[in-house]
Amino acid sequence: MSNGLTTLNPQQPKTAAMAERMAEVKGRSLWADARARFLRNKAAMISVVVLGAVFVFAFLGHLLTPYDNETIDWNVLGKVKELGKPSLENGHYFGYDDSGRDLFARVVQGTQVSLMVGVIGAAIAVIVGTIYGAVAGYLGGRIDSVMMRFVDIAMSVPYMFVLILLLVVFGRSIEMIFVGIGLTAWLDMSRIVRGQTLSIKNKEFIEAAVATGVPSFTIIRRHVVPNLLGVVVVYATLLVPQMILTESFISFLGLGVQEPLTSWGALISEGTSTMNYGTLWQLFFPLAFFVVTIFAFFFIGDGLRDALDPKDR
Amino acid sequence: MLSFIIRRVAIAIPTLLLLLIISFWLMQTAPGGPFNSERPLPPQVLANIEAKYGLDQPMWKQLIDYLKGIVTQFDFGPSYKYKDRSVNDIIAQGFPVTLKYGVISFVLAIVVGGALGIAAAIRQNSWLDYFAVGITIGAQVLPNFVMAPILILVFTLWLGWLPGGGWNGGQWDHVIMPVIALSTSYMASIARLTRSSMLEVLRSNFIRTARAKGLPDRVIIWRHALKPTILPVVSYLGPAFVGMVTGSFIIDSIFSTGGVGYFYVNAAFNRDYAVMMGLTFLLGSMTILFNMVVDILYAWIDPKIRL
Amino acid sequence: MNVSTKSILLASALALASPALAAAPEGVALADDQTFTYRVLDEHSSVDPQIVEDVSGSEIVRDLFEGLYNQDADGNLVPGVALSHTVSDDKLTYTFTLRPEAKWSDGNPVTAQDFVFGWQRLADPETASPYQWYVEVMGLANAGPVMAGEAPLEDLGVRAIDDHTLEVTLSAPLAYFPLTTTHASTFPSPKWVIDEHGADWIKPGNIVSNGAYVLTEHVPQERSVRERNPMYWDNDNTVIEKVAALVINDENVALTRFLAGELDRTEVPAGQYPSLKDQYPDTALSFPRLCNYYFNFNLSDGGPEATKDVRVRQALAYAVDRDIIVENVLQGGQFPAYTFTPAATAGFEQPATEYSTWTQEERNAKAKELLAEAGYGPDNPLSFSYLYNTSEAHKKIAIAVSQMWKQTLGVDITLENQEWQTFLETRGNHDFEIARGAWCGDYNEASTFLDLVQTSSGYNDAAYSNAEVDALLAEAKSMEDPQANYTRVEEIIAEEMPIIPIYHYAGVFMMNPSIAGSWPVQNVEQNWYSKDLYKVAE
Repeated sequence: MSNGLTTLNPQQPKTAAMAERMAEVKGRSLWADARARFLRNKAAMISVVVLGAVFVFAFLGHLLTPYDNETIDWNVLGKVKELGKPSLENGHYFGYDDSGRDLFARVVQGTQVSLMVGVIGAAIAVIVGTIYGAVAGYLGGRIDSVMMRFVDIAMSVPYMFVLILLLVVFGRSIEMIFVGIGLTAWLDMSRIVRGQTLSIKNKEFIEAAVATGVPSFTIIRRHVVPNLLGVVVVYATLLVPQMILTESFISFLGLGVQEPLTSWGALISEGTSTMNYGTLWQLFFPLAFFVVTIFAFFFIGDGLRDALDPKDR
Repeated sequence: MLSFIIRRVAIAIPTLLLLLIISFWLMQTAPGGPFNSERPLPPQVLANIEAKYGLDQPMWKQLIDYLKGIVTQFDFGPSYKYKDRSVNDIIAQGFPVTLKYGVISFVLAIVVGGALGIAAAIRQNSWLDYFAVGITIGAQVLPNFVMAPILILVFTLWLGWLPGGGWNGGQWDHVIMPVIALSTSYMASIARLTRSSMLEVLRSNFIRTARAKGLPDRVIIWRHALKPTILPVVSYLGPAFVGMVTGSFIIDSIFSTGGVGYFYVNAAFNRDYAVMMGLTFLLGSMTILFNMVVDILYAWIDPKIRL
Repeated sequence: MNVSTKSILLASALALASPALAAAPEGVALADDQTFTYRVLDEHSSVDPQIVEDVSGSEIVRDLFEGLYNQDADGNLVPGVALSHTVSDDKLTYTFTLRPEAKWSDGNPVTAQDFVFGWQRLADPETASPYQWYVEVMGLANAGPVMAGEAPLEDLGVRAIDDHTLEVTLSAPLAYFPLTTTHASTFPSPKWVIDEHGADWIKPGNIVSNGAYVLTEHVPQERSVRERNPMYWDNDNTVIEKVAALVINDENVALTRFLAGELDRTEVPAGQYPSLKDQYPDTALSFPRLCNYYFNFNLSDGGPEATKDVRVRQALAYAVDRDIIVENVLQGGQFPAYTFTPAATAGFEQPATEYSTWTQEERNAKAKELLAEAGYGPDNPLSFSYLYNTSEAHKKIAIAVSQMWKQTLGVDITLENQEWQTFLETRGNHDFEIARGAWCGDYNEASTFLDLVQTSSGYNDAAYSNAEVDALLAEAKSMEDPQANYTRVEEIIAEEMPIIPIYHYAGVFMMNPSIAGSWPVQNVEQNWYSKDLYKVAE
């Protein structure tokens, strides 16, 4: 009787030597598959490089310039339109801001703040929101109801007061901004995750897991969450720009980062108010960084989604 | 379905109450008060004013009086900052404004965003995909406090086509720019969510079956793929709605529309307690209502979801 | 006498009593469209004369209502509802003669009782007016007890002798009392309308006013519109038909809309005046305003030790380069300040304080010296926090001054920006090290500023106390010419430096050239009346 395996699997060893070599071949996990897919996605890889460059700029950019983010050049103050243009000779690569300070140094420092806010804020939102939403959605019933009503309340509470109180309690610091932004970001994520969970939990493989006696939290961890990852990843990449913009909204209201510290949001806001007056570079540079970073996160998000999608061929 | 609605409405009442209590407590705890001004009032004058508005009462009593006022007379109290108006006046005048441009923005974001997302997903990695994606990101990267002044610059100063602000009772030429400024970033998010969700759905087994059966693409999309696709988008609508309300603060501020978004944020800075509470009540009710509608939609989308 | 002679006599009597300021000058061609549209930053608080508390509200109230006296384009008193007044020998009693032809917009005559009602209403604790304290500024007899609710309203030092004669009794002589009658809080109110409509009496449709205009439209946070009141006694001289105030929060958006022709007046964003003046020479205006801008030290017990040393305070004050602030940061024609009171204040001779005569280099050198004397330097550096409220302009000044102190003196400044309410709370509780302050005069006389440095002043944020200053200011109230006292007080302020004067305000506006000609640029209080404006044909 012919061995079906032999004809179907060309790797079936025909000699002992081949059998030995085969033992060295490791199986490929699904995560490795995903990573391979991701690495093949050109747009995503370019974006990773670009994002890396932005990070390098943020944390090492101050080495490229002798200027800091707060010293005013008194000769330029008040005449920024004429004297403040970007130039390579005098070392002010991005020109001056409206208060006579070096814009390059300020953009470097602003990039640090915004990246941290964006990434850490989004990370908090993703982790807390996903867990909360998945638990609520999976457990259902009264627990779900209570947890979601709590989310409703948290969404409707006047956010400004929360910020004002946070400011009073924590004083003005970067940590306060993280807390302030993180407090509300996870709410949206939790609702989206809960919605997806409601749909997933009725699928057959969950039924099977329940039937074989897998405990609830293990089901959530091993079966629900990985199937959510597509939506979570995409939404997370939407969250990063949203965090940055929320931070700028907070600064716009006077509750955020304190001078002389700055962020992209604050720089863009200042640049917008002077855009009519002939100093467009003040808007262009921070906005350019912001846009490039968003695009990068977008393509990475898409790449991750495509890579992690178990049904993608 | 009916029992679901009854249950949700029943639970909405304690939810709202809790919301009001928390908000009230937050407001009173924040430093400052509605009558702090650059010229601090002599203590006796301040005491006068506070007595007139009942602010010298203990917090729990103020809250009870406030709730009584709402339940018995539907009176949300006076504004401490805009003394010629009561909260009812402000809501009556501002809410229709926000509702009008808010609903139009919302519908536009869903329809256009959804269409772009679906088109991009069907023709993944084609020029249509990149174009749709490019437009949506392009619209999203400009925060609305940057986009709004640019819109005014272009359409009012340079082209002279549209008035630079005001509401004028809601004439269409005053509605256009607020709608554009508000809807674009949500359009982008909805497009992205729709696209990625549809990409996942199009790979499912039942779609493969439908294709194998020889159904035309159009039927597959509309009758089979659409419903599961919109599930995450529907989940997003709740937060999107809340976001639009807060975002409408910037729209109201820059376009001088007189909508409630501006009052909502500014009441916090003015410590205008009654306005704050009234709008929290209003917007809180809408959020709760909205989330309930979203949950009902879940059941319609996925018949396996039990309410 | 036939009708025409009588009317001629009446007209000439009117002409003598009230110079026809409102009419456009002879030979000026007026534009067809006499609508004045201007921008305001935020919705006003109220148009009730006894409740209004902000500038944009007062502007509207001045058009809707009229008090005893008005101001002309130069800020001098001219008859309003009152034609003239006499003062008793002991200087405690003022008797105002009111014009008989003044009417409310519903046809009722304006009587002295309306003024009595208004002033009593202002003092009445029931009204809970935020300007209730103004009756004390006016110096009315029994103001204190009436405000506290311990005396009946009738005890307030104002009564109507007959329909057209108003008698005011002060508790002590006050030379500048007539100046206080141009303030919106002193305008009359129609009792019968308030009785009928209660809190809704100021809504368009209900409101009855005695000024040149009536409120016809009010959409909160969008706009308010007022139109000609035909019942106004001087209606024939009113040129502007309609005045619209548009609420636009963002000053740059307002400028864009101005350039698009939607506004006749808007503020110039900080720092933009020079280039706008270049581009639009007829449109950008700058003129002195009766306001100052200063930094408060905290001299209360909880304040920082270092600033209790007068040398440190002087050093910080000298190291501020006011020319840079005025010419490079604000760039709007503001005035560097070396005294607390602006030079533009009527009747005030600004003394040349010593440090104002030095150059900035000399001031910087002296500042370093003083700081070293006080024991601070690179090995013992100073650091402070500077508190200001959220605003672009305040931020720019804060950045500039903190850099000046850092570069010149090596002082490290932490900037603290708080939103308005929190800022007021913090400053009012003396919970700061250095904080921003500003003051606009309530009437055009130096005491409106200098009273702030009195120990008893509720607005003395620095908690400064000096017995000599208190004595000098108390004495000045009854002096014929208080200038000598004021000069001495300013000199003491310069010596002790409880506050750092930074600059004195200028009003910096973009103004439609067709209306700019009639704008009262000389009026430092910027009490402008729409009835005195007119638009010239292009």
